[in-house]
Amino acid sequence: MNMILPTASISATPNGTTRPQVRIVIVGHVDHGKSTLVGRLLHETGSLPDGKLEMLKAVSARRGMPFEWSFLLDALQTERDQGITIDTTQIRFRTRSRDVVLIDAPGHAEFLRNMITGASQADGAVLIIDALEGVRSQTRRHGYLLHLLGVKQVAVVVNKMDRVDFSADRFKEISDEISAHLIGLGVTPTAVVPISARDGDGVAEHTPRIGWYKGPTVVEALDALEPAPQLAELPLRLPVQAIYKFDDRRIVAGRIESGSLKAGDEIVIMPTGKIAKIKTVESWPVTPVHGPQGAGRSVGITLDRELFLERGDVIGHSGQSPRDTRRIRARIFWLHDKPLTTGEQILIRLGTRESRATVVAIEKAIDPGALSNEENTAIARNHVGEIDISLAQPVATDPYTDNPRTGRLVIEVNGRIAGGGLVLSVDAGRPAVPIDIVPVESALRPDERSARYHHNGAVIWLTGLPGSGKSTLARALERRLFGNGGSPILLDGDTFRAGLNSDLGFSPQDRAENIRRLAEVATHLARNGHIAIVAAVSPSTADRAAARRIADSAFREVYVATPAEVCETRDPKGHYAKARSGGLPSFTGITNDYQPPTGNELTIDTSNRSVSDATDAIERMLATTGILFDELTDLAANI
Amino acid sequence: MDHLDELEAQSIYILREAFARLKKLALLWSLGKDSNVMIWLARKAFFGRVPFPALHVDTGKKFPEMYAFRDRFGKEWDLDLRVEPCPPIDSVDPTLPPAARSAARKTEGLKLALTKYGFDGLIAGIRRDEEATRAKERVFSPRGLEGEWDVRDQPPEFWDHFNASPPQGAHLRIHPILHWTEADIWAYTKREGIPIIPLYLAKDGKRYRSLGDQDITNPVASTASSIDEILDELENTKIPERAGRALDHETEDAFERLRVAGYL
Repeated sequence: MNMILPTASISATPNGTTRPQVRIVIVGHVDHGKSTLVGRLLHETGSLPDGKLEMLKAVSARRGMPFEWSFLLDALQTERDQGITIDTTQIRFRTRSRDVVLIDAPGHAEFLRNMITGASQADGAVLIIDALEGVRSQTRRHGYLLHLLGVKQVAVVVNKMDRVDFSADRFKEISDEISAHLIGLGVTPTAVVPISARDGDGVAEHTPRIGWYKGPTVVEALDALEPAPQLAELPLRLPVQAIYKFDDRRIVAGRIESGSLKAGDEIVIMPTGKIAKIKTVESWPVTPVHGPQGAGRSVGITLDRELFLERGDVIGHSGQSPRDTRRIRARIFWLHDKPLTTGEQILIRLGTRESRATVVAIEKAIDPGALSNEENTAIARNHVGEIDISLAQPVATDPYTDNPRTGRLVIEVNGRIAGGGLVLSVDAGRPAVPIDIVPVESALRPDERSARYHHNGAVIWLTGLPGSGKSTLARALERRLFGNGGSPILLDGDTFRAGLNSDLGFSPQDRAENIRRLAEVATHLARNGHIAIVAAVSPSTADRAAARRIADSAFREVYVATPAEVCETRDPKGHYAKARSGGLPSFTGITNDYQPPTGNELTIDTSNRSVSDATDAIERMLATTGILFDELTDLAANI
Repeated sequence: MDHLDELEAQSIYILREAFARLKKLALLWSLGKDSNVMIWLARKAFFGRVPFPALHVDTGKKFPEMYAFRDRFGKEWDLDLRVEPCPPIDSVDPTLPPAARSAARKTEGLKLALTKYGFDGLIAGIRRDEEATRAKERVFSPRGLEGEWDVRDQPPEFWDHFNASPPQGAHLRIHPILHWTEADIWAYTKREGIPIIPLYLAKDGKRYRSLGDQDITNPVASTASSIDEILDELENTKIPERAGRALDHETEDAFERLRVAGYL
């Protein structure tokens, strides 16, 4: 059989996909006629597929009902049975000048989360109001949420004008009320259009029944809404999605949220403030790509140096990077059944960063339907508020007014999005944190140091039970390397606990932080050409993995695998004896919570070999893994 | 960036999110135009390599051209291809109309594959414009323990923040091309030079717009014998894409019932 392999071409498609596309959400109170308007719009613009109208007529007849436009979108049985829209849906049609993606969003208060799901993707909105019922609480709530979601273009449609005898006075009354409400929120309506969706007045055509109205029809109002604004003019923001090492390249992948980048640019990786240059912009099937890549592109870049960076970091240009903060003030909407309260532990997602956080204060809590202020200790379901959040780790972000893409967050509860909102400000009420940290690089190049020391920088991580011989080995190795002209530095866990880490205890979190700090210091030394020898029990596999990620390719793990009974007989610091008598409750060794490594570079049991023999073994490992240079190891072999 | 660039960038973003946040992913490859575009996008997202298995849930009733396509491009694209069979028709809900019942075998085959491999994420190439219940889908769509879709209680999903924590034993459907249209798929297939199965091109005044099982898929009247002609045809047609899929038209809710039970 033959396959068809067309020739690639980048010419414009013949079917109009190059036309501008706008996404428009239709919101409003339940039963004010959203789905009917959508059905009518599709019909009037000739966008219904063949047979659809007949099918809808048949469905209506079978149910013994008058013809119902909303059956077009309310595709679910439950929706048709109950006559309500449950979930948001999307459908397309065309006006004279553009492709429109219509997002139909449910009006029912119970399904506000689905309305927000639909509206968050929109460039503009149509807010629909029943002429008889007028502005209702859900109308106001939707207006408020559109504003909070950042939807700035809102066309208002006053529907069911037939029910008020096409009264111009009634129209003006509603028009004035909703315009005042929206303008109060900072949103100016682009049009207010009187219509009867069921009969078609004012949808695509002006009819005599609303002859007094001189403004645009709904179709004309949609035609006037603009596609999403360009984000290319803002400073570069590239939230890191992942780092891929599928081959010899180490590719940092993510989507450019704003600004643009190209090979050769100097970048800052926040929140750590590390700097690097973009070496290449990688792609497939052709790589690398040249020329700037702008906002909206999903890209992959390689850097000119090996840095530790991870998912959640945000890349910006030097001098224009996002801020790092552990404190954020945000305006949020809350969708969860259980109210959000002060002191609550939540999970925040900002770009691709995930962080645990605490609600420090609730500064405002209002029902956007009633526009009433409430007590400030909780935000109820479907209400909005302003909160102060303290984050467990630093994150990189911008205030929403500076960057709409990186200045918004969602809140997760039990693995499910429960709310979301905009970053109003960062670092509120906290001592000033340096902004735009640009680490100062060493005056010396790595090769200058390695020429002097005859070795590359490294982190040698000795892990094992207390008494296994880590410190003894570390000291012997330090002496040996120094004697050979190298630059070893001992970082003993206990020594650090007496100083830098004296604020830390022995809870799992504190142990993890202890290891993190040791790894950071050791990695700094390694980057500056020294061999940092770390001797630390470091019982947790996860903590050691974190240390390896920090030190990256400089990391060498040595498991000092001396059996526990031997360690206890040695007991150089008297810890085992004390633990046996109950004096050291979280002592590793007695309670057997040590997790032995698996992917380590070397394993040494000191119960059956001498210190000098064990030191030789470490030296050999350093030579074979590219830390020690040949001449130095030759020397060592002759000692 | 033009329209196709935007669609591509968004799909790549979704694929990378799925890969970053789920442990055991697979991509459903039905061999049709949509899932071929999806594989192409995955190769773009991961720089030439699809880092998770491609799962073909095989009813055994596909067209010979489809099997030939699978065997050739499974190799050429270096896919970790897993072909999983479907159980016989008598194991499927007998109250479903005939074509839907036949299609439901695929749901059962999918469940068996999920149990076999323990996937927590299945990437599927459905589009909103194909069908009305699909238009209501989330990008990351949670499925129950039996693969079922709870349309009454879909989690909120906004600003490209996705819910990626399936309950123990359940899985997520990930829909990277939900926002594409049929015309987008063809325009992109042409631009990128993605190979296609010839059944999509007109022969003797007929062509397939949508490829399913042989017994429940019919060709539509068409003279479009190239992608450009297909695009012209789509510009003017008012015939829905799935008109040739028998299962969509048996009863008002046949397709919804299938989807709620776990069908794509």
